[in-house]
Amino acid sequence: MENKPRLIQGNRAVAEGAIAAGVNFFAGYPITPSTEIAEILAELLPKNGGKFIQMEDEIAGMAATIGASLTGKKAFTASSGPGISLKQENVGYAQITETPCVIVNVQRLGPSTGGPTLPSQGDIMQARWGSHGDGPIITLCPISVPECFSMTITAVNLSEKFRTPVYLMLDEVVGHMRERIVIPNKEDIEIVDRKRTDKKPGEYKPYAVEEGSKVPDFADFGQGYKWHVTGLIHDETGFPSNSTKEVKKLLDRLMTKFDDHLDEIIMYEELEIEDAETVIVAYGSVARSAISAVKRLREAGEKVGVFIPKTIWPFPEQRLREIAQGPCKRIISAEMNYGQLSLEIERIVVKYVDFDTALKSNGLIITPEELMDKVRGGNIL
Amino acid sequence: MSRKKFRISGSGGQGVITLGIILAEAAIQDGKLAVQSQSYGPEARGGASKCEVIISDEDIFYPKVIIPDILISMSQKAAEKYGDEIEENGIIIVDSSMVENFVNDKAKIYNLPITQLAREEFGSPLYANILMLGALVGITEVVSLDKMKEAIQIRLSRGYEINVRALERGYEEAKKIL
Repeated sequence: MENKPRLIQGNRAVAEGAIAAGVNFFAGYPITPSTEIAEILAELLPKNGGKFIQMEDEIAGMAATIGASLTGKKAFTASSGPGISLKQENVGYAQITETPCVIVNVQRLGPSTGGPTLPSQGDIMQARWGSHGDGPIITLCPISVPECFSMTITAVNLSEKFRTPVYLMLDEVVGHMRERIVIPNKEDIEIVDRKRTDKKPGEYKPYAVEEGSKVPDFADFGQGYKWHVTGLIHDETGFPSNSTKEVKKLLDRLMTKFDDHLDEIIMYEELEIEDAETVIVAYGSVARSAISAVKRLREAGEKVGVFIPKTIWPFPEQRLREIAQGPCKRIISAEMNYGQLSLEIERIVVKYVDFDTALKSNGLIITPEELMDKVRGGNIL
Repeated sequence: MSRKKFRISGSGGQGVITLGIILAEAAIQDGKLAVQSQSYGPEARGGASKCEVIISDEDIFYPKVIIPDILISMSQKAAEKYGDEIEENGIIIVDSSMVENFVNDKAKIYNLPITQLAREEFGSPLYANILMLGALVGITEVVSLDKMKEAIQIRLSRGYEINVRALERGYEEAKKIL
């Protein structure tokens, strides 16, 4: 039987999604506009056999999240711009140690403490390159309350499957709005657990991969396995190595980890693309404005469509290129920043179509009217 | 009803956000779609707070309200700030015990002394938001009174009986002036 519809906030849907995904550990430090996630998990986790720890700061929150994951917990943290900046060193540590974890960023206007209550999408490049060096990352971006729930589960599953940190990026609008959701039944939710080693302690090599796989099997700390966890470049034993061969082997594996699995990771939605001469690319709350704009422009007979990446990193490059090579003549990238994802979109499509941007960064969501004006050649933005 | 946009404005502490959440909840329980947002943004500064609800039979994408069909005005500051923004032939419900000289010739205006009623009959201005919700149902019939009661049950952890009485009282007061 279908559950009763509820009216809940995006941030609550993330918290309930985490519980549904089997998350049993949260460490973090509350910050607007993500606070409700910590608040609600502080209540839900202990009731569901999990642990909630409010740490002394965001750095410690990220460190404890990684530590818990190493013992086999499904570990989770949430923050916003200033806190996410503090977490960056440890995000890199999760990347190189291949520790599954999910980091929720409910984006607010930056830089620095910026505008605590103002929506923004200014952390989309930080999600990709915020920690130093080349490292693998998955970044998901829901546009609705039901997607906050389902994509939290996807984020946890992907982090487990690929042993990688995953960002779930909301913006203040999606995090705080309330809308209808029907929570799926437990038996309809797919849960992925990281693959555990079948080797005995002593025979286990923590970073050895099987033929054809790029993800090493995991051994939970506290179960008799001892292995070395380091941020230094390491070989398959987990101990540091300076051998250029080992350096290349590790980084090549990390940076190609997702390559054969893009269809499992990449999610997008498109509307009215087939004959569209203009395509708006938008994500997060702005995608909702773009859908409204496209519906109204279509009613007026204008050939406009919208492409909504739900997975931002790795970016759905192949599909967007196909669109650019089709009947589309113009692509407009719309986002609440000074043109971050626009750089990536321009790179992909500029050879095939005219490229334009619809950008706004004053603490208000882009409206459908502003996008309609942009499509029609205006410049009110 | 295909799509209705509500703006509930007042000042912090009057319960305008709770009012909006209960309204949206009632619409959801009535099988409709609804989106509720509250403004945290720069548009809310200056002593006026607002909550927005869109109720529709069809999917709601853009989640904010630019020009409302129905405006509730519960404080002088909010009336001054949002009083002009209304669709042609819209509806404005004014708490006349809090707002003086409200004028808007684009809309139909309903003046009700909501906060005064809350004080006199319920012993506290705290019930003004639920009285106003009852008045809103009385004037617009956007959802049934029963669905609104169900929403109060879901949303308010205490005081179900007294809030339902306030809801019914607001409804009745609105019916008197229709």
